[in-house]
Amino acid sequence: MTQYRVLIAKPGLDGHDRGAKFIARALRDAGFEVIYTGIRRTPDEIAASAVQEDVAAVGLSSMSGAHLRLFPAVLESLAKAGAVDIPVLGGGIIPAEDEQLLLEQGIAAIFTPGTPVEVIINAFTELCQQQHLSR
Amino acid sequence: MDIGLLLKQLHQGDPRSVARAISLVEDRSEVAAALMMGLQQERFDQALVVGITGPPGAGKSTLTNALVRCLREQEQRVGIIAIDPSSPLTHGALLGDRIRMMDHALDRDVVVRSMATRGRLGGLCAAAGAAIRIMAASGCRILFIETVGVGQSEMDVAFLADVSVMVLAPGFGDDIQAMKAGILEVVDLLVINKADQPGAKKLLLDLGTETANSDRLLQTVASEQQGIAELLTRILSMEEVFRKDAQFMARRKRSRSRETLDRVMELLRDRLRELVREEADNQLEPGAAAAGIVARIMGD
Repeated sequence: MTQYRVLIAKPGLDGHDRGAKFIARALRDAGFEVIYTGIRRTPDEIAASAVQEDVAAVGLSSMSGAHLRLFPAVLESLAKAGAVDIPVLGGGIIPAEDEQLLLEQGIAAIFTPGTPVEVIINAFTELCQQQHLSR
Repeated sequence: MDIGLLLKQLHQGDPRSVARAISLVEDRSEVAAALMMGLQQERFDQALVVGITGPPGAGKSTLTNALVRCLREQEQRVGIIAIDPSSPLTHGALLGDRIRMMDHALDRDVVVRSMATRGRLGGLCAAAGAAIRIMAASGCRILFIETVGVGQSEMDVAFLADVSVMVLAPGFGDDIQAMKAGILEVVDLLVINKADQPGAKKLLLDLGTETANSDRLLQTVASEQQGIAELLTRILSMEEVFRKDAQFMARRKRSRSRETLDRVMELLRDRLRELVREEADNQLEPGAAAAGIVARIMGD
């Protein structure tokens, strides 16, 4: 069985990392190797870490309302780093209308409070599988 | 997968190629052998492998980060492998050492790789040796291997590294007692980190006069960069001494044998599990069952 590696990061200035840590632990318990970068990371730092760690997916968490700016910025940084093939998933306090905008801009999936954890894990699994097939 | 291209880019220091090469070995890809054979051996011969070990919370990552900062001032390209344990039940892992190394996240000449033990015991992961050789081939002059938080017997890093450093911190008194006959004997340097905290003196006492007064003991406050330049000078002067006599090559040879043994065990492990499972039906005493299995493998 392939061991999937994923990066969980919190971009921007907000320090509310309970959600990020919860997802990191849930993914670990589902058999993923989770690299956790901690809070207050810039998009470039997240992209550089994702490349160095050769992860199959990046999960972002935002609670501050800055997701419309920060999530696409991570996509941009990944593209700059030559890693457009790494899917980015996002979660946090994200209004429904923003969710649509983010998906249109290339975020692979958005999760909000109340999304069952199995749904999140399945999404990561599927995207990691696809990423590995493209290697 | 074009291994020739991957090797070319890896030797040029391309971050993605370095990372992918490590994954191929870690995931036991069928191209891993060809990849490893294609690495420039001279670069690894010139590199220095520093093992950083110690109990959880002693400050291994912070100390590594501080040493890296010093080396970057000297414009040396460095590689870091930070190992954390995998769950034996789910095989998942939470790799968090990078948090304390984010100062260098945008520095292309600081190559960081977090790795999970994936079932290997002893404080390392099976691909650690390969990962340091890949990083060295990419131009890293100094390579750090940060082990999982160790207890009494996880001393494998002392055999893999050229110079091994044990990091201790105040508040681990009883652990020290237990370590005396083990890992404390085999590491090259002992560092008392968080030396500004109360309890540092007690730690020195716990180590015993001989160790406390020996020149292989250093004190640091890694978070404040205190004592780090001295530690680095110490590590590099040890390298110089080792390289002058035959010690360096002897250490590398020992490390190679150790890694070969490791790889043999890795290759055999699944097959052995099967044999053991078959044998379990016979309800033999474990020692006798083991002897039987070995006799079968060796064809006796």
